[in-house]
Amino acid sequence: MDGTLRALAVAVIALAIGSLWTPDWIVFLATIIIAKGLVVLGLMVLWRTGLVSFGQALYYGIGAYAVGMAQLAFGLRDAFLLVAFGTVLAAAIAVLLGFLLARYRDIFFAMLSLAFSMILYGTLVKSATLCSTDCFAVLPPRFAGMAAGGTLAKNGLFWLTLAAATIAVYGVHRYLASPLGALTTAIRDNEIRVEYLGYSVERAIHIKYVIAAALAGAGGAIVALAVGHIDPDSTYWTTSGEFVFVTILSGAGSALAPFVGSAIFEALRAYATAYAPYSWQMILGVFLLLLILFLPQGVWSLFQRRVRRAAP
Amino acid sequence: MTALLAVHHLNKAFGSVVAAKDITVTVGDGEVVGMIGANGAGKTTFVNMVTGYLKPNSGTIEFLGRDVTQLPPRAIVAAGIARSFQIPQIFGSASVADNLLIALGIAEGGRLPLWRALRSRERLATVERVLDHFGILAYRDQAAGLLPQGVRKLLDIAMATLRAPRLLLLDEPTSGISVEEKFAIMDTIMGALRAARCAVMFVEHDMDIIGRYASRVLAFAEGTIIAEGAPAAVIADPKVQRYVTGVPEAMRRAAAAP
Repeated sequence: MDGTLRALAVAVIALAIGSLWTPDWIVFLATIIIAKGLVVLGLMVLWRTGLVSFGQALYYGIGAYAVGMAQLAFGLRDAFLLVAFGTVLAAAIAVLLGFLLARYRDIFFAMLSLAFSMILYGTLVKSATLCSTDCFAVLPPRFAGMAAGGTLAKNGLFWLTLAAATIAVYGVHRYLASPLGALTTAIRDNEIRVEYLGYSVERAIHIKYVIAAALAGAGGAIVALAVGHIDPDSTYWTTSGEFVFVTILSGAGSALAPFVGSAIFEALRAYATAYAPYSWQMILGVFLLLLILFLPQGVWSLFQRRVRRAAP
Repeated sequence: MTALLAVHHLNKAFGSVVAAKDITVTVGDGEVVGMIGANGAGKTTFVNMVTGYLKPNSGTIEFLGRDVTQLPPRAIVAAGIARSFQIPQIFGSASVADNLLIALGIAEGGRLPLWRALRSRERLATVERVLDHFGILAYRDQAAGLLPQGVRKLLDIAMATLRAPRLLLLDEPTSGISVEEKFAIMDTIMGALRAARCAVMFVEHDMDIIGRYASRVLAFAEGTIIAEGAPAAVIADPKVQRYVTGVPEAMRRAAAAP
């Protein structure tokens, strides 16, 4: 077991047990942080290939709306199944859109992904059946057939989120170490060489795109369950921008980095909105500027030296 | 001699510029073929067509009896034709060993198992063996983007050989390398390829290198092959001297004498 997986195990066990004695609002905030960290983890996989999606809110929103619609249409209440449905639906749509997007790079990839997210946003705002911009309420989920009450109401979703994050981090970590995962940086470096080694760059990017979408779908579904309502804003470009912001903040050094970045971002936003309700975006902007100037590899680069020394 | 590569009547034009005109070539198993010609004579276009980077306007390319004319590069690589580039195509941000590991990962499974780590002891051993064959083991842990030109060339070629190709096309393996190093580098390349029993077609401007390594030479001019045969005979051919190598100084002086 290497350093990343050891750190993952320790963190997950500590959080799972620690949450029993933690106030509600912190558990809620931690759920949001980890769920958004999942979205950022997906963006990190793309970013390592040199691709930035300015439309990841498309899949985040699909995950959220999948939860709401599954509750309405099939009466599905189980939290695990709802999150799984959001993940699978986002991945399925990414399989289709990926055939187009995998051909594009750089700004074209970024703008095309943005365009798709804005199409969904426009549709949702105009859609009366999905209650437009009025809130679309999400019913409290059940866990393995049990109605939520007591500890389960408080911690059930958090534990589910932790489980999802554990699977995601483990999976992405293994993926990045695999021959296919090694193609992330290789494609960024030199696509011609990858093709002449005999692998399809388009296919490799398509797979990454679907992984990123599935993670965003899972994150969106969890946030919908945690917050209890769904809004077209979840698919708006500012939401996508926020995810890109956190990706840069996190750095691409490890599959754990997105969660550290997400925690810093949510904490920063919480304090910035509390102390400067009218200029908190400015604080975020200054923070990003300082980050790019002094930590261009993201906050994870602070850990990296120590991690490398610890690794055999 | 069995035909490995059989190219028939290949034509390619870029607008009004004819880059290939009725090229017909056969290469046998294990042959070493040199390709000479002035800049713009169509050597690289030929390499690009055989490796699938460019599609010919007409003509066919058969490899091991199979028509590969319309296949994309990766299918041609899978069929057994590899290439190196005049400007080495490597993964600049990865180490030399990682460059080869990535190449090996692709070479091994067309389908790349997702859950097995790339960095295995067997693969690392293979990588070290290949680096040793190509004489660049000392550079194993250096970033590929910072290597000297000669080492980059060797790494580029080493990566191309990992899939055990039957035919390797080298586009100017010694360009950008100092005169003193050229022979040493060609010795290394040819030694490694002979061990792999791989046929080679290489583009080269240095006639000493052609004479030493090629068993047969193709001379290109204006998109077509103007002479073909043993190196000494081709270099002595007046057409080749006129279009490719230039007339030797002594002869020119003799002709100009009153």
